[in-house]
Amino acid sequence: MTLLKHELRQGRNALCIWTLVIASMTALCVLIYPEIKSQMSAVSGMFSNMGGFSAAFGMDKLNFGEFLGFFGVECGNILGLGGAFFAALLGIQSLAKEEKDGTAEFLLTHPVSRSKILLQKLSALFLQIVILNAAVIGMTLLSVAAIGERPDPGTLSLLFLAYFLLQLETAAVCFGVSAFIRNGAAVIGLGMAALFYFLNIVANLTQKAGAFKYITPFGYAESADIIFDRSINGRYLAAGTVFALLGVAAAFFWYRKKDVR
Amino acid sequence: MAYAVQTSSLTKYYGKARGIIDLSLVVEEGDFFGFIGPNGAGKSTTIRTLLGLLSPTGGTAKIFGKNILTHKTELLADIGYMPSEACFYQNRKVREIIKLSADLRGAARGKSCEPEAARLCERLKLDTEKKIGELSLGNRKKVSVVCALQHKPRLCILDEPTSGLDPLMQREFYQILEERNREGATVFLSSHVLSEVQRHCRHAAVIREGRLLVSDTIENLGHTGAKRVTVRGLHEPPRLETVRDVKKSGDTMTFLYSGSPKELLAALASLPLTDVAIAEPDLEEIFLHYYTPDAPEPDKEEP
Repeated sequence: MTLLKHELRQGRNALCIWTLVIASMTALCVLIYPEIKSQMSAVSGMFSNMGGFSAAFGMDKLNFGEFLGFFGVECGNILGLGGAFFAALLGIQSLAKEEKDGTAEFLLTHPVSRSKILLQKLSALFLQIVILNAAVIGMTLLSVAAIGERPDPGTLSLLFLAYFLLQLETAAVCFGVSAFIRNGAAVIGLGMAALFYFLNIVANLTQKAGAFKYITPFGYAESADIIFDRSINGRYLAAGTVFALLGVAAAFFWYRKKDVR
Repeated sequence: MAYAVQTSSLTKYYGKARGIIDLSLVVEEGDFFGFIGPNGAGKSTTIRTLLGLLSPTGGTAKIFGKNILTHKTELLADIGYMPSEACFYQNRKVREIIKLSADLRGAARGKSCEPEAARLCERLKLDTEKKIGELSLGNRKKVSVVCALQHKPRLCILDEPTSGLDPLMQREFYQILEERNREGATVFLSSHVLSEVQRHCRHAAVIREGRLLVSDTIENLGHTGAKRVTVRGLHEPPRLETVRDVKKSGDTMTFLYSGSPKELLAALASLPLTDVAIAEPDLEEIFLHYYTPDAPEPDKEEP
């Protein structure tokens, strides 16, 4: 528990800033919806008919004139991408930062086994992601109520659940990488999150790249599909779960025996 | 009785790079032990392997008779470690770091370190309200001392502890260590400052290029049988096998000699010297002799 508390304290500022930015941006988008809605009926058809471009962002399936359609694209970008960046940074720095800053030597010479350290660090990751999502969901619900929209609660919950799982998977995969590296963690983490995002866009653009959907967590967190199908794609999610577990397993496998200099 | 530290043929390679080779060392419980060697000799590698930060490539290491690989967490509870580079979380206060260290140990021991931490901070004149990021190296070292000693460990492992501390603090630091040693704690410290090892340690080991050269009492290390010979009026040292470390300045020449005194006197008698002095070399000189590459070989890698 000591280390968990310590981790949360260390990550406090970053968590506050990311939460504030993502929650306020999401709320802002929701709040401008009434304004956009009136103009949207005219351009909605255009948005969904821009061929590949529409497909890339799932807009061919979504109706911007409906709140969930608008929210799916906007939220998909803010909470999806923002959350993925946040989760990637958290995960990738978790172990690497200790070695880069020389604090690993301090931490690992206390009578706490490496497995316990990994477990507490993972718990801290999980808790921070939960806190960010709870705050964002809270702010979204408040602003949705403020503009008087009543989106289908089941679909909205699925969207939030998908983004949450996307962040968990990103964090877990980055945590696995974190066990192997010492320097350049932030760059690698952000790069991985960006890569995941673009893999999904490529998969949306061409059927041939459809397999990428299994690799990137954005595959199952695709708003358009979730709203259209009213469910999260089980196969993509299963693949994502495997990657997340592999990430955590790799971290345990490697870090327990790693030479810490 | 089990040794506080016992390594046998301990070896560590970083890939192909040499860390330590075939290191067999014992430190008795209650000893005040100095581990000496030049930079890059393998002192820190040995210490980090003992602490489980590195896993050995070969050989075994035991602390209090228990294998460090299988009893690591248990053993770490009995050890206080002071790393050579004192790195802590920059954004935290000294007080918080000391508490964190105690709490991380608390799980294992369930006893409060606060009174002892307060005593140590007082003696070392450490301001606990400052942030780590604002501290000089010396002050970070003091934080390290408190973290290493506040739980009154049975074994103190200190990696170049005095670098960065001013002379007054060094003295206070050694006083604290000597008190702990009298109370029964084993002290194992690495250093390249020979005078402090000579002054405080009872035993010492010298390591060079990853291999242990010698391990003995400080007294015995001083009695190598070698003499420091100073002569005037000569251009060449006498042609004797055991003459080494020849230094010239002006018409004065000095060298170390470790052969029979009769041969030396006979050789000197036939030379046109104007003055001669034969004395015990000081310990520093003996250690330097171990450091330099023409010292007795800890056998070389190249053919």
